[in-house]
Amino acid sequence: MDWLYVLMPISGVTIFWPGLIILGIGVGIIGGFFGMGGAWMVTPGLNILGFPMAFAIGTDIAHMAGKSLISTMRHGKFGNVDYKLGFIMVIGTIVGFEAGAQMIMWLERIGQVNMVVRWLYIILLILIAWMVFADVAKRRKKEREAAAAGEELDKLATGLEWHKTFHKIKIPPMVHLNVAGVYCSAWLPIGVSFITGWLAGILGIGGGLIRMPSLIYIVGCPTHVAVGTDLFEVMISGLYGAATYTYKGRVELVAAIIMLCGAAVGAQVGAVATKYIKGYGIRIAFGCAVIGCMLSVLLKLIPMYIPEIKPVCDVLATVVVLGVVSALSIYITVKMFQGAANEVRQKKAAMGR
Amino acid sequence: MRKLWAKILGLGSLVALFLPGIALAAGGGGAAPMVIVSDTRKLGGLLAMWANLYNESHLYFTIVTIIIIPLIGVIFGLLADLVMKHIGIDLEHRDLAEH
Repeated sequence: MDWLYVLMPISGVTIFWPGLIILGIGVGIIGGFFGMGGAWMVTPGLNILGFPMAFAIGTDIAHMAGKSLISTMRHGKFGNVDYKLGFIMVIGTIVGFEAGAQMIMWLERIGQVNMVVRWLYIILLILIAWMVFADVAKRRKKEREAAAAGEELDKLATGLEWHKTFHKIKIPPMVHLNVAGVYCSAWLPIGVSFITGWLAGILGIGGGLIRMPSLIYIVGCPTHVAVGTDLFEVMISGLYGAATYTYKGRVELVAAIIMLCGAAVGAQVGAVATKYIKGYGIRIAFGCAVIGCMLSVLLKLIPMYIPEIKPVCDVLATVVVLGVVSALSIYITVKMFQGAANEVRQKKAAMGR
Repeated sequence: MRKLWAKILGLGSLVALFLPGIALAAGGGGAAPMVIVSDTRKLGGLLAMWANLYNESHLYFTIVTIIIIPLIGVIFGLLADLVMKHIGIDLEHRDLAEH
């Protein structure tokens, strides 16, 4: 069975390559659907397959750049990418990411940062999960109120409307973001991208998990446009991250290419599924992914206080990550195939008439 | 509005100022080691070529990586386009709806 293993040229470790393809498919589906790189799933996955942690992060970022490009191409065709917004945000994302990365390297030199970073991550994830589910609950309340009044709620109505407050900031230059349907100060997306980029740099993640909800709740993008535009950002920050990590000798390109073979298929499934699942369906599933991510980080954090239970927590963290990835991937794939089959059936019926 | 910006900037600066302090309080640790020279003895063909490129110049290695990744992405994306069009999935239209 030696043919199932490949020796990685830089790190010198031998890896089970079908595992890389399966991981690529799963993370491709979820990334293409939610508009995120999925570092929280890939990094532990690569670590489980045998990669040292430093290579797991670098290789993940390199494969993320290619995968996001595939998803962005697909979302671009659906009109889900606001390129103007994306380019405005690139400035803040890169400056913020670099500031965060420099800060974390400095922190690495002066002390143990794992605990601080993980707690910061957990606080952020709690905030994001709360935002998503509060938004869903508020929209349902609006639906019930509208139904009680005998009216139908506007299809584009949302629960939380914080973006309306942020749109009151009128610091020039003002920009029209036509695809997103937003008119705001250019400093709003620049500020959002800087802060999300900085957090991403500190946490060592691509940033999609933070940027996607920020685009919805702060900038005011519709869910599909937030997903597409975020993937565009992930692609650019991924390429930048891949360049810096490769230069530092922490990318195993062979593994990244093998993963891309799976991610290419997964990313298409995830991106096309957004065509058949409505905006709030995406938000609810995203909330579940955030909770899964939070649980896995929490399980990594507990052994820092109770070292005896580390083996149990490690196994549980793996089960949680794999369970969430599998459940969400299956849900998205089923929805995609159901939607596509329906569309093809309708087309055939229309041609028959 | 100025007050709001002042508060946001103030909070950001506070986080940036205090985070290193909290980390220092946690104590210990260090950065992961970097592979300076790749071991090419067990490698052959493309893998050996790739490892040699890494050993010769990290800069060239980085440039080639940054070209290869998007190139593969575009190729896979175009291939998938062909397959999906063949199946009959409409890749040009989608209703924008939040419900």
